[in-house]
Amino acid sequence: MARMSPYQPPVKDIAFLLEHVVGYPDIAALPGFEHADLDTVVGILEECGNFMAKVVAPTNRAGDKEGARWQPDGSVVTPTGFTEAYQQYVEAGWGSVPLPEEFGGGGFPRTVGLIIQEMMMSANLGFSLCPLLTQGAIEALLHYGDDELKQRYLPKMVTGEWAGTMNLTEPQAGSDVGALTTRAVPQDDGTYAISGQKIFITFGDHDLSKQIVHLVLARTPGAPEGTRGISCFIVPKFLVNDDGSLGERNPVHTVSIEHKMGIHGAPTCVLSYEDATGYLIGEENMGMRIMFVMMNSARLSVGTQGLAVAELAYQQSLEYAKERRQGRAIGATEDSAIIDFPDVRRMLMTQKASIAALRSLMLLNASYVDHSMNEPDESVRKRADEIAGLLTPICKSFGTDLGNELTSLALQIHGGMGYIEETGMAQHVRDVRIAAIYEGTNGIQAADLVGRKLGVRDGASVMEFLASMREIDAQLAEAGDQFTSIRAELTTQLDALEKSTVWMLRTGRTDPNAVLAGSSPYLRMWGLCAGAWLLARAALAAQATGDAEVAETQLVLARFFAEQILPQCSGLLNSAIAGADDLFALDATRL
Amino acid sequence: MRIVVLVKQVPDTADVRKLDLNTGLLDRDAGEPIVDEINERALEVALRYKDNDKGTEVVVLSMGPENAIKSIRKALSMGADSAVHIVDDSLAGADALLTALALSRALEKTGFDLVIAGNESTDGNGGIVPAMLAERLGVPLLGFLTNVEITETQISGERQNDDGTVNVHAGLPAIMTVTERFDYARFPNFKGIMTAKRKPVETVSLAELGLDAAEISGLNRSTVVSTAERPARAAGTKIEDDGTAAATLVEFLATNRLI
Repeated sequence: MARMSPYQPPVKDIAFLLEHVVGYPDIAALPGFEHADLDTVVGILEECGNFMAKVVAPTNRAGDKEGARWQPDGSVVTPTGFTEAYQQYVEAGWGSVPLPEEFGGGGFPRTVGLIIQEMMMSANLGFSLCPLLTQGAIEALLHYGDDELKQRYLPKMVTGEWAGTMNLTEPQAGSDVGALTTRAVPQDDGTYAISGQKIFITFGDHDLSKQIVHLVLARTPGAPEGTRGISCFIVPKFLVNDDGSLGERNPVHTVSIEHKMGIHGAPTCVLSYEDATGYLIGEENMGMRIMFVMMNSARLSVGTQGLAVAELAYQQSLEYAKERRQGRAIGATEDSAIIDFPDVRRMLMTQKASIAALRSLMLLNASYVDHSMNEPDESVRKRADEIAGLLTPICKSFGTDLGNELTSLALQIHGGMGYIEETGMAQHVRDVRIAAIYEGTNGIQAADLVGRKLGVRDGASVMEFLASMREIDAQLAEAGDQFTSIRAELTTQLDALEKSTVWMLRTGRTDPNAVLAGSSPYLRMWGLCAGAWLLARAALAAQATGDAEVAETQLVLARFFAEQILPQCSGLLNSAIAGADDLFALDATRL
Repeated sequence: MRIVVLVKQVPDTADVRKLDLNTGLLDRDAGEPIVDEINERALEVALRYKDNDKGTEVVVLSMGPENAIKSIRKALSMGADSAVHIVDDSLAGADALLTALALSRALEKTGFDLVIAGNESTDGNGGIVPAMLAERLGVPLLGFLTNVEITETQISGERQNDDGTVNVHAGLPAIMTVTERFDYARFPNFKGIMTAKRKPVETVSLAELGLDAAEISGLNRSTVVSTAERPARAAGTKIEDDGTAAATLVEFLATNRLI
């Protein structure tokens, strides 16, 4: 049962989606992406996938079994294989692909960067968090740092030689970031003295890189209350001399690391800042705006984590289902592999179709981000930005909720062995569980969708998007009888989605609590419809390629999802529009 | 110093590999073709030398169908400087003799100080082409090495056989082959992949190598006469021990020349 690698990067599936479903050639046609044609991208993804499978994936088990360790001298050690894998990752340059050429990056679209992230996350989710956080820090600096700050920090962060972190959370400030109390006191030389304690800082300290560049949210004296009074600072682990060399140790210390349910390979730190030297990014009180730039991109990446771990778990559950023999399927004359049983097939098909839907959704979101940043026409950029904004909470929430559900299914396929840690399935379930929580809990994502995104242009933005999804109806009508059920179900479910959307828009004006009450089921309705819509697009595109095998595969996936998973959407309608009354009818003492 | 590395695109040993039963030729459509791994190790030897002596030129030489360009690009993305790709319809089904003839002409045309090759391909398993090249080119062959030291003027290394270790050396120009004792190759890095697209690949036909039909038909080539599927595994013979089992077993072993 030995495999070459526990992970086989699905580059062919990805290439198909890029070409036929999310319109990658249109992205490659944008100014600045001339070198990023589809063929080049697929070639890069093949090599990158090979790297992730051969170098990163083998470190995943050790990451879970050993975990990161805090040493008595205050340093943090990562599990066996992490430092070597990270060094090779830096040498290979994979982190630099989507970053600006001006600072040593490859200048490729965000869409390509997201795929590289997906493959790394599948290979080893814990490990992948280090480059992910570094990317977040890079984005904040890129958009708001002054030239001096950028020149001093970006080049080595782009290569990955220096890692980055994001420091927002404090014991009393999680979902409510505005409650943070870390102080930033201005000094005579223009720097700030940062003091306070930050918790849940992923890769807050480690042995993968010589330097760590912390991005820290803190409050200057006299700043307004809440989120309006937050500023953003760079606080490097080592001060950087003018010649670029590393100087004094800055007083940022790891007090402890957390013992978590999963992603053991990633050190999750409590960091103590004791008058550490910090450099302001942008202006005072701009902190939240800066964070949001990073957060939106991070949310899409986290949604992709759900997809990535689900993909890995699926691959393993498929292998297992083919090899494990138990009992006899109807009509079998000898012991059957469990893949021959209908219920196991349901679990496999649910995983495969859902993964395909999720991947299309993530890539579609990323492609809109690319359009929003690179289209020459401002109105096109604006509209792309609106759509990216709408899709982000859906991707984050649906991606991670499905991540939990699908990894659990994959474990179920393994039977009792799935529950045994040594089999490796439990790790996937444990690893992915945090994704529905961090980077804005899924509840927050739902609130963002109904509270912020639905209101864009008074609802016109979301209604236009719904209308664009309906356009597929005409194509499905002409595509043949085999698309009839997909067309019918999609129409029914889009009706339900539209009905709930109209209710949300109307009710939100006078009763925001009612809208919040239904926000989570409503968000799921969106995920289901968008996923089914994209699978239908894939099936239509596959038919057009003329390749019979590809056409059949995509048709079956789209049909299975449309007929057997999508209908959950209308089942959620009532809870989406029920309002808050029954949620609060029993007061807290009777719950 | 110019080092030429021989690269062959072969089917992945992890995939199903098939012969076309009509032609006896490799079914190149069954599975994804890759660079034969031993060639990557050979390339790594050249690249490490180049790491230390930046003036070194590493040229990839490959004989194969058009789609072999994929393997050539991979070699370029790992750090080779340029490539020569021999493509010609009349090379389909070429045996070791014809392969060595074509490669030797290309090597004469390109010129070299050192040729590094794998000891044996995973599809043909002949292990003989480098020796034929050395013969045609009149240069020494250091084959089946387990390690090597390269200088501007000579190479030296070890070869292991059943009796022990042999130390060998030769002056340049020379040909050497590597075994799996050599290190794995570096992964292509992202910048390498991007710059590989701009590196020159010279495509040559047999005519451009000065080889004509007469010279080729004059070769004493081996050709495939017939191909058949491997017979399905038959059930094994069960021997019951009624007292004669030992004798039956010995008879079986002897008939099958196992003792």
